[in-house]
Amino acid sequence: MIPAAFDYLAPTSLQEALSLLQEHGDAAKLLAGGHSLIPMMKLRLAQPALLIDLNRVEGLDYVEERDGFLCIGAMAREEALESTPVVREKYPLLHDTALMIADPQVRNLATVGGNLAHSDPANDHPATMLAYDARVKAVGPNGERTIAVREFFTDFFTTALDEGEILTEIQIPAPGPRSGGAYFKLERKVGDFATAGVAVQLALDENGHCDTVGIGLTNVAPIPMRAKRAESLLHAESPTDAAIDEAARLAAEDCDPTADLRGPVAYKRAMVEELTKRALRKALQRARG
Amino acid sequence: MSMHEVNVTVNGTSYTESIEPRLLLVHFIREVLDLTGTHIGCDTSNCGACTVLLDGRSVKSCTVFAVQADGREVTTVEGLAEGGVLHPIQEGFKEKHGLQCGFCTPGMMMRAVELLEKNPRPTEDEIRWGISGNLCRCTGYVNIVKAIQYAADKMGGEEAVEMSGNGVSEADLADHQLTPGA
Ligand SMILES: Cc1cc2nc3c(=O)[nH]c(=O)nc-3n(C[C@H](O)[C@H](O)[C@H](O)COP(=O)(O)OP(=O)(O)OC[C@H]3O[C@@H](n4cnc5c(N)ncnc54)[C@H](O)[C@@H]3O)c2cc1C
Ligand code: FES
Ligand code: FES
Repeated sequence: MIPAAFDYLAPTSLQEALSLLQEHGDAAKLLAGGHSLIPMMKLRLAQPALLIDLNRVEGLDYVEERDGFLCIGAMAREEALESTPVVREKYPLLHDTALMIADPQVRNLATVGGNLAHSDPANDHPATMLAYDARVKAVGPNGERTIAVREFFTDFFTTALDEGEILTEIQIPAPGPRSGGAYFKLERKVGDFATAGVAVQLALDENGHCDTVGIGLTNVAPIPMRAKRAESLLHAESPTDAAIDEAARLAAEDCDPTADLRGPVAYKRAMVEELTKRALRKALQRARG
Repeated sequence: MSMHEVNVTVNGTSYTESIEPRLLLVHFIREVLDLTGTHIGCDTSNCGACTVLLDGRSVKSCTVFAVQADGREVTTVEGLAEGGVLHPIQEGFKEKHGLQCGFCTPGMMMRAVELLEKNPRPTEDEIRWGISGNLCRCTGYVNIVKAIQYAADKMGGEEAVEMSGNGVSEADLADHQLTPGA
């Protein structure tokens, strides 16, 4: 499959990339890892007149803790999440997620920034970043701004990024004491998109009650979603088995899957219910250390 | 639409070519350079038959544009043997009968090369996880795993480093939902 013809520019600085984007408007597309965009171009579902390749922009691929956040440069590859020690040690939800995305070769190129900017409800990072209550930094012609991930996914394959803006960084709040998280994903085979996926991040207070709890769902709604009723049910409560079961039931009720090759609606809801239970239990186990 | 001049080093030889930006790396390798060891299986980023090393990292060359490789190094299966001597991974596939039709083999070997570099003594689980982006329609994978183990032994690598990058360690797998019982 051969993409439609396009022009190609490879800026070496963010500033240069921004002015190219400014100059060419919606004829241009940013190229990050290319593992969502290139397949779409090969199918001619995307036919940009110009690709602005971010792969030669220096200094956008870090993964490091800074000022109470894990800061991930937009061009950091999934592989970096797998292999950076602090991710494995302190951000198990993120580590779980990276391991479940695609396969090793894809993870060598696919970027975290592209995963969010693409805003595919089938992608795994949206649910995880919703659960973490992460935020993203974007730069555009009017300077830099920070957007809460919970306000980032605005519509089907649409984000809060303005035309001309580039996502530069993802910031995950560093988990405090008694925190834990987990990602559970059901896939037909390794490397497949989720039939359903559930991301949980929680923190317990000194009495073992849920101080904060975030639950994100993958591929069971047109827009990446939080299981808000399940979150509020658990908030400030003791996460008993009964509470976990009820939260899982609410998540299954609130999601909005469509029937497709991966299964009918009732099956997907049932899977959300089961995966929510498993993710909550694993997150609690990790929070209790 | 413009042509781009690129310089790509493939298996140690530098090539300068004028190409369209839409030319995929796999077509550049196969059709421009006539190195047909790299195969196209699915053309949809799934099967791994087109796997090559780009600056030492395994990538699916059907999902990279050749212009992206400008100024960089590509290694294909033709670059594995040196001076007529098979690379240990090639020897492994031969000795352990790691192939039947051979279509997936070049991609499998290129992926295995990076896997062994990151994790010189992988366990069976780590090997299976490490080649999860490569499909084989013939072998059932058992002999492919053996071939990679053969190469690991032959290359005499150190015990698995704790941080194995996208080799993914046994510890990761143990704490992971995919492990039975987790
Ligand atoms: C075989 C296969 C299996 C996969 N399986 C999974 C999976 O299981 N789970 C999963 O989550 N994903 C999966 N993916 C998708 C993969 O993770 C993609 O790489 C990811 O969705 C997009 O990241 P990218 O860096 O490749 O972005 P690209 O494809 O380069 O870009 C995607 C979109 O985002 C825009 N964009 C990219 N970067 C920025 C930026 N910094 N600022 C603004 N806009 C930007 C681009 O213009 C484009 O519109 C799979 C892909 C393949 C090929
Ligand atoms: S041909 Fe590239 S992954 Fe199948
Ligand atoms: S040997 Fe035939 S596909 Fe693997």
